[in-house]
Amino acid sequence: MDIHEYQAKEILAQYGVKIAEGGIAHTVEEAVQRSREIDGNVWVVKAQIHSGARGKAGGIKVCKTHPEVEAAATALLGKKLVTHQTGPAGKLCSKLYIEAGTEIARELYLSFLIDRSHERVIMVGSAQGGMEIERLAATDPNAIVKIHIEPAVGLQDFQARTMAFALGLGEDLLNHAVKTIKGCYRALRDLDANILEINPLVVTKNNELMALDAKMSFDENALFRRQKIAELRDKTQIDPREVAAAEAGLSYVGLDGDIGCMINGAGLAMATMDMIKLAGGEPANFLDVGGGASAERTEKAFRLVLADQGVKAMLVNIFAGINRCDWIAEGVVQAVKNIDMKIPLVVRLSGTNVEEGRRIIAGSGLPIITAETLADAAEKVVKARNEVVAKQG
Amino acid sequence: MLPRKWLKHATKWLQNKVKGNNKVAILINENTRIIVQGFTGRIGTFHAQEMIDYGSKVVGGVTPGKGGQTHLGLPVFNTVKEAVEQVGAEASIVFVPPAFAADSIMEAADAGIKYCVSITDGIPTQDMMTVKSFLRRFPKDQRMMMTGPNCAGTISPGRAMLGIMPGHIYMRGNVGIVGRSGTLGYEAADQMRRLGIGITTSVGIGGDPIIGSSHRDVLEKLEQDPETKVALMIGEIGGPQEVEAGIFAKENMTKPLVAYIAGLTAPAGRRMGHAGAIISSAGESAAEKVERLKELGVTICPTPSLMGQTVAEVLAKL
Repeated sequence: MDIHEYQAKEILAQYGVKIAEGGIAHTVEEAVQRSREIDGNVWVVKAQIHSGARGKAGGIKVCKTHPEVEAAATALLGKKLVTHQTGPAGKLCSKLYIEAGTEIARELYLSFLIDRSHERVIMVGSAQGGMEIERLAATDPNAIVKIHIEPAVGLQDFQARTMAFALGLGEDLLNHAVKTIKGCYRALRDLDANILEINPLVVTKNNELMALDAKMSFDENALFRRQKIAELRDKTQIDPREVAAAEAGLSYVGLDGDIGCMINGAGLAMATMDMIKLAGGEPANFLDVGGGASAERTEKAFRLVLADQGVKAMLVNIFAGINRCDWIAEGVVQAVKNIDMKIPLVVRLSGTNVEEGRRIIAGSGLPIITAETLADAAEKVVKARNEVVAKQG
Repeated sequence: MLPRKWLKHATKWLQNKVKGNNKVAILINENTRIIVQGFTGRIGTFHAQEMIDYGSKVVGGVTPGKGGQTHLGLPVFNTVKEAVEQVGAEASIVFVPPAFAADSIMEAADAGIKYCVSITDGIPTQDMMTVKSFLRRFPKDQRMMMTGPNCAGTISPGRAMLGIMPGHIYMRGNVGIVGRSGTLGYEAADQMRRLGIGITTSVGIGGDPIIGSSHRDVLEKLEQDPETKVALMIGEIGGPQEVEAGIFAKENMTKPLVAYIAGLTAPAGRRMGHAGAIISSAGESAAEKVERLKELGVTICPTPSLMGQTVAEVLAKL
């Protein structure tokens, strides 16, 4: 689960990381008010959306007067910002963070994340901050320092010092750097974060170490024990279909194609989508209906898939283990009837109680196309989709 | 001193020899004494019964606070240690809810369980980091092997099932399977059965970012298994695991490795159901993994509907 920059900064400040003075604004008036409350004569108006690369998308504006703050706030609030991370739909900006301008001497990079292959937290730093770390890794991998942290003992002072020196932070900033680095690690560990990234971490002209941006992402599986973090979830930043799916206990990801899918199991879902593509089609979504899918859940899944107006044909592929084909078949028949489905539907059932499931589909009198194997199912749904497109001219 | 040491070596050699002759499947077989952690819960009860019906030697279960009771005609223990001492438990399967599952896995390791499957889905990543670090404290020869979490378990068809899969779709044979996904594993087993190809052991390693055993760890076991002639790896997008397994196979395996990588259509940065199935850095897409594996000499299944067929072709060449 991602959170906003201002939320991450509030958290980091509690862990001893220095941040610039700032405040949140939901309206243009509030934005101007915040800038009046903050000392100085330069303010930065920052769009709060769940994405990096906001600067390039025009989401960060440096202002020298209050009317400039007003103009920047007017331009950003209520708008959708498109970055290379948001996809073409963009993300709605409904909050601004107004921050005191900082005079920067040097930009650094610091992040903490879970390294899957080492099964540890890894601390990544570079004296060359400001740019995307992926690009730096490609162009100048030696400029990046990586330190693994043993989970049982945690981040040691010598490791924090090693990182501070690698970042080019000398004696005058060493204690502050160690405090900042250890604070970040504690925030990640205490709060079950997966990612904590400060880019840039800056040395100001006053020789202070400050987090100019902050990104944190949390482990969904740990939110049950991080109530305060769970409350930071901003549903306006998530595809509403994914929110609806999560509430129904389904896993859904919207894609750009026009063949709707309902499958049980994430691996089989990905494989079925591959099969559709290989058969010449494009999947409209990833949808894992999970184990023990009831008729009710099946219907919810159908509604979710068909809510996408672009869907021209739909494929159901179930390999029942804990699930039972007869339950799924009943759910499918009920969903088709209740929704009054108009587009072609291909159903492939396999596994537990498959004969019973097929009997229910066949006996329903509905124009459901059945398929025996995975390949057969993919070919049939692509053919059905092509016929729909041909008919529409 | 010397003769005694010699005796120990000889005994070990003899034991290995006997093991090889008996052709015992890896990880579990019909004699493996299994306990269920989270035994008396709804899910634990259902799958314990399924495993018993399949022929697995379930000898009891653990539910803290319910020790001394009888469930499904078997003893319930308060601790794993008691189960090990009183009924000789060797393997365990964990159905404990996510908040408590890591603790249960560590309890199993501490009690001397040899092999543990964690079915539980939704264990926090940092808890799994703790589990892995706990397991590493044991010397290698005393370290519990663990697979999962968030997996379908392990089956040696016709011998034992330590999992939640539909047992009837698996046929006994000479192909070993390792895969992240449950249902895609069923798909592979089903395709193979239709072609008359059976399985020695199929291991689900799970879809989480941090898991007990990797593809590589399971391939190492399959390589040692005299009955396994070919290994099939079913991978997916995200993480470095499949390529690491490919490197292991090239350097250490005598048996051919066949692989399928799911997620050709998955866009970068979007999580495809599994917590680990997300393309977050270079080399983690399906296409990139397939390229690397091909370079390493792994036979690639061009489509998921050809997993059985590709294995059949490789078997035919042996």
